Amino acid sequence: MTYTKPLPEEDKWSGPFFEAARDNRLVAQRCSATGRFFFPPAPVSPYTRDKNWSWDQLSGKGKIASYVVMYQKYFAGFGDEVPYPVIEVELDEGVRLLSNIVDLGDQELKVGMPVEVVFHKATDEFTIPLFRPAA
Amino acid sequence: MPDWNLRDKACIVGVGSTDYGVFPETDAVGLGVEALRKAVDDAGITFDDIDGVILNRLPYDRFAEVANLQTPYLLPTEAHGRFSAIALMMAVEALATGRAKTIALVYGNDGRSAKMKYGGGAGFWAPWGFTSPGASHAMMFRRHMERFGTTSEDLAHIAVAFRDHATKNPAAVMQKPISVEDHQNSRFVCDPLHLLDYCLINDGGVAWIMTTAERAKDMKQKPVYVSGYARQDDFSQNSYPADDFWYPAMQKVASQIYDRAGVTRDDIDGLMIYDNFSPTVLFALEGMGFCKQGEGGAFVRDGMLQLGKGRWPTNTSGGHLSESYMQGWALIAEGVRQLRGGQVPANRQIPDAKALQFLLATPVSASIILRNEA
Repeated sequence: MTYTKPLPEEDKWSGPFFEAARDNRLVAQRCSATGRFFFPPAPVSPYTRDKNWSWDQLSGKGKIASYVVMYQKYFAGFGDEVPYPVIEVELDEGVRLLSNIVDLGDQELKVGMPVEVVFHKATDEFTIPLFRPAA
Repeated sequence: MPDWNLRDKACIVGVGSTDYGVFPETDAVGLGVEALRKAVDDAGITFDDIDGVILNRLPYDRFAEVANLQTPYLLPTEAHGRFSAIALMMAVEALATGRAKTIALVYGNDGRSAKMKYGGGAGFWAPWGFTSPGASHAMMFRRHMERFGTTSEDLAHIAVAFRDHATKNPAAVMQKPISVEDHQNSRFVCDPLHLLDYCLINDGGVAWIMTTAERAKDMKQKPVYVSGYARQDDFSQNSYPADDFWYPAMQKVASQIYDRAGVTRDDIDGLMIYDNFSPTVLFALEGMGFCKQGEGGAFVRDGMLQLGKGRWPTNTSGGHLSESYMQGWALIAEGVRQLRGGQVPANRQIPDAKALQFLLATPVSASIILRNEA
């Protein structure tokens, strides 16, 4: 089946994030001087304004900080799914990601809900990190 | 105030606005020039008097060509509505330094005819179906709901008040009164935000003429003084829905603006709040200290912002929610007309308005106080 949702627009800074996702790893840049993560990917650490950072693995665990339900059809690939939720996840390391929830079952989507990352292979090239309720 | 010497130094002496709607027969430049012509007439000046130009959302070179404005000072600004406030501040500073004597500030937008879309384009979060400024505000508002118990129905009171004002404004795009129920029954665009929480994309133009207080004294209209302004940016969450509603930045602005203008909150007769989405009104009121953080929902209930009912009539033109999304520019024009007195229908006039405050809660937090006497 053809994947019709928007694919990531990989650039020189976000490339490694999506490459890691392909290997089912969730990563973010970490400032060497402060140890703090930053996201979305950027050329320099906003804490030191220099290039002393490295990609580091994230636990993939966090909680839902907020969520919305999209009713408007902005993207053809999401057209069949409206209304669909988008969650804002606060990872244990402090990084925030906007993502989608899967395997919700009959649970009600709630702020504060613990979640963990799962990897959805969209195409041969792209794997999209999503979240499910944590066990 | 050692850090501030711009109180009442500059004035708005002319305003002009086009109709708002769908005008495929012209474009943003055409609308901007039309608004500017009206502002020039309103101010009782000629185009030859203009020696400074500040533009928003307009192609600066094409605009200067078509409007035939050959000046020593021209400043284009980006499309974001936050530049309404920034443009006004830049003009005050250019006037104070003598860089220009009479500045035309012009906004032109043909977004509706050009089928401008806010959402659906490329963006970092597009693979997860997250897009549009509205969705970002919806995400922020959910946080507000969770943290403070605010409800969608609280937002309805904002939309209802502004619509009531729009029914008194022939220029407003929306003229039909709405109720809290109408708001609650309007479709979700992005839950928790309904259709009636969103601004109205339209074509239109707005222009202001600003000059020094000295020059303003002898001009056609009663001058409206820029008594004070303050600004604090926070772009640290630019890629995300802000988790703090820009509250710290707004508080910083609140801590400065009243001293700078030489007034207190009690002196303010009405408000102009940048209402791209209804939650922004709550964020602005709380950040500016009109109520405590988290109490914005309760504050706006029972008509607090409504003419003839509440202490602080807000967006008396109908605002972005019910007049037209002119990105702050038409709000300032409305404030000027209110402060002159007798330039809006009597049932829309804020009685004896002397001081009005503009509030802007975005990654650029800002506020401006306008008065009709220095």
